[in-house]
Amino acid sequence: MKVRINGKEQDISGLENLCELIEERDLSGKAVVIEHNYNIIPKDKWRETILDESDNIEIVSFVGGG
Amino acid sequence: MEDFLNIADKSVSNRLFIGTGKFPDKRIAGDVIRASGCEVVTVALRRVDEGSKEENILDYIPDNCTVMINTSGARNADEAIRIARLGKAMGCGNWIKIEVISDNKYLLPDNAETLKATEVLAREGFSVFAYMNPDLVTARQLVKAGAAAIMPLGSPIGSNRGLKTEELVRIIINEIAIPVIVDAGLGRPSDAASCMEMGCDAVLVNTAIATARNPVKEAEAFNLAVKAGRIHYLLGSVKSAPHAKASSPLTGFLRDGK
Repeated sequence: MKVRINGKEQDISGLENLCELIEERDLSGKAVVIEHNYNIIPKDKWRETILDESDNIEIVSFVGGG
Repeated sequence: MEDFLNIADKSVSNRLFIGTGKFPDKRIAGDVIRASGCEVVTVALRRVDEGSKEENILDYIPDNCTVMINTSGARNADEAIRIARLGKAMGCGNWIKIEVISDNKYLLPDNAETLKATEVLAREGFSVFAYMNPDLVTARQLVKAGAAAIMPLGSPIGSNRGLKTEELVRIIINEIAIPVIVDAGLGRPSDAASCMEMGCDAVLVNTAIATARNPVKEAEAFNLAVKAGRIHYLLGSVKSAPHAKASSPLTGFLRDGK
């Protein structure tokens, strides 16, 4: 299954939901926010958010900035 | 002397706000913030790479600070709105600095798009701090749109050139009732002091502190300068004169009586 994550197309075969995606990418426990097809998904909804072909996912966090 | 700045839903005693970008090492952020005495800091939002070892900037920001999310990277109102909503979802409150930039050479803000984003986000309950080109008409429109503060630029971001927009900022200070915070371009503590002397409510500094030889000491210098300028503003300027007026008594000279 191919999806777009942070602007890059990636194959995430075997992953079913946002929670699994975050675990697989070693981002568990990090302060991140996820946008799934332009909707912000609260953390408690990550597991029930099922991934589908061509989904657009953004994973963001805070950095230093002016 | 009690002198609080009531801004959005808060009241702060320190009128120096600082940005957290460009630090040579993020770990000094806490020391810089403490030395600056500031109670408001800005952060930005970016994509996270796989397995990122990048530490969270929030870990270095003291608990007493209010975090303002900067929409830097936004090229139009829609992108700024999207970043603001993502930032709010991080759970750090709803203070948002709208920075919309489509010009990469001078990084000058797009006032029209900033106004559009302000209208939407203020309606959604955000406290909007609008980074803008110092233009009175836009400033009035931003107030009407529900901005919490106006943030006119002193000179281009990161240029350290000081308050080149002085006359235009002065007009905004005179005419706008909500807080006016000079943001961008202040390179030296004296620049910050000048802003405060002319009646700015606060200043926001990032590059001048973060890239100083010693950011912690420079933060302290800016803190003192902002305080000095503010005290002077509250006291009012003394009169200037076209010719000299002696400071020492004009009698009792040694030559007298000869």
